[in-house]
Amino acid sequence: MLTLLFDGIAYGMLLFVLAVGLAVTLGLMNFINLAHGAFAMAGGYITVLLMNRLGVPFLVCLPIAFVGTALLGALLERTLYRPMYTRPHLDQVLFSIGLVFMAITAVDYLVGSMQQNIHLPDWLQGRLPIEAVGIGKYRLFIIVVCAALTLALQWTLSRTRFGSRLRASVDDPRVAGGLGLDVNRIFLVTFAVGSGLAGLGGALGAEILGLDPTFPLKFMIYFLIVVAVGGTTTITGPLVAALVLGIADVAGKYYVPKLGAFIVYSLMIVILMLRPQGLFARAGAR
Amino acid sequence: MSAGASAALAARARWRWWELALFAALPLSWFLLPGQSLLLNEIAIVALFAISLDLVLGYAGIVSLGHAAFFGFGSYAAALFAKNVMPDPLAGLGVAIGAAALLGAVTSVLILRGSDLTRLMVTLGVASILYELANRLDWLTGGADGLQGVVMGPLVTPFGRLDFDLSGRVAYGYTLVVLAIVLFVARRLVFSPFGVSLQALRDNRLRAASIGLSVPLRLVAVYTIAAAIAGAAGGLLAQTTGFASLDVFDFHRSAEVLLVLVVGGTGYLYGGIFGAIVFKLLHDLVSSWTPQYWNFWLGLFLVVLVLLGRHRFIRPWTWFQRRR
Repeated sequence: MLTLLFDGIAYGMLLFVLAVGLAVTLGLMNFINLAHGAFAMAGGYITVLLMNRLGVPFLVCLPIAFVGTALLGALLERTLYRPMYTRPHLDQVLFSIGLVFMAITAVDYLVGSMQQNIHLPDWLQGRLPIEAVGIGKYRLFIIVVCAALTLALQWTLSRTRFGSRLRASVDDPRVAGGLGLDVNRIFLVTFAVGSGLAGLGGALGAEILGLDPTFPLKFMIYFLIVVAVGGTTTITGPLVAALVLGIADVAGKYYVPKLGAFIVYSLMIVILMLRPQGLFARAGAR
Repeated sequence: MSAGASAALAARARWRWWELALFAALPLSWFLLPGQSLLLNEIAIVALFAISLDLVLGYAGIVSLGHAAFFGFGSYAAALFAKNVMPDPLAGLGVAIGAAALLGAVTSVLILRGSDLTRLMVTLGVASILYELANRLDWLTGGADGLQGVVMGPLVTPFGRLDFDLSGRVAYGYTLVVLAIVLFVARRLVFSPFGVSLQALRDNRLRAASIGLSVPLRLVAVYTIAAAIAGAAGGLLAQTTGFASLDVFDFHRSAEVLLVLVVGGTGYLYGGIFGAIVFKLLHDLVSSWTPQYWNFWLGLFLVVLVLLGRHRFIRPWTWFQRRR
């Protein structure tokens, strides 16, 4: 029971890191980016290829995955994404679906369609010897890393100058621009960091979520659930949504494996019916 | 309704020459291209599916990422009916339409509230739930193997009893008749006051509500009708191929029909037909060249289409004009 809860939390934390970039993109520019999972996949593949082909240690791979995906995100933001911001949602959806299809086939072509395995270092394998509660070392590692990231994000958003600029731009891009903030630049940085976080999440999650070319489609709906249910105005909203989703998914798959992902989807629909703007939307915010 | 308004509606609903030409081209394709019936049948089914989406997206302005839910539901309904109850195709088609319409009416409550994102999620969620259901209820649906062994009975027509043949001639004729009927009915629908009011609420929902249109009722109605048409398309697919598989609920199908519609153009009812022709021919061409990586070109096509602007894309003469 506690093990289940623990695994659920690890899974949820992972989902949060994967999806938080999407929350900001959506909240800041009102841009529906279905291709967010492609960045996570990129991070995962960077790690797997570096480790398996070049023998780079796992801990070195993680920052590389982050930086690599962030650069990729920045590049795509400047070239492809920026003209899309003012388009109708239908265009954005079509555009990002197109990117997903391209990413899937490109990876399939370059690496192959089989599931990729990650070889964790020895000190992350196995379980901690605690009575009654089986705690996987790797899951503990994920929770620690993700919690640290969450705290860092929260601190950046609430305590730094960049954070307050970002919050101002999310609340009202026009007024923020009128006050002299370079909203485009803020968005470029945020998009890159969000993509980088997705890449890091993909690298961390390759072991738990599995990594194959259909990754962006398989988890697209999960990321969207986190954002749609959690709302885009706070960072705690997506965090709580991700934790609930993670625990519900793990528990659901354990207790009623026949129903599979059924529970998660139903839960999402019910929540969205009751709170169409997400669980933690502020009153009056768009 | 005042005389002026009636006249305006009638003027909008006048038959254009190209519409008549299109309606004439449908039976002509059956006579002139007998060897291509299988491909044409697929095109007609995709066109029907896209017309259904056009009612929701082009006329009512609802972006749906899960329209395959109704397509697949109709498909399984028709296949199960033929397998377990009776093999008559017309009755099966009726069941498929009815089942999908019922599903549409039930799920239409879900699209009334929230933003575009909420609706995207909810429609996607409904399709995913049905996918999971079809996958898990393997005693009924055959699970991941698909529902096999669907044998259709002969089609009872005024010309006698016609058996479905391997070349797909009968199947294509059957699909064409359904397509023509649906087109005709949908045309009546979108030029009626109801159809015009749908466009009003698409353009400005608040304003439409404040001049006294009941927005939720209209959305429920159009969603149900569109679901019924999608169900008909799915039913036709199951009946003419004798097979229903999980693929009918797949995300790819929802995304593809969006693309088909957008290529042909939204909001004038015939976009689905043109889009389906272009899409299927393109698919055939690219698949014969590189079957495995068709999705890459599909994705590239989507990206380029949107970057160019989908309104410009279907009007090639504007490509080299300066943007205003």
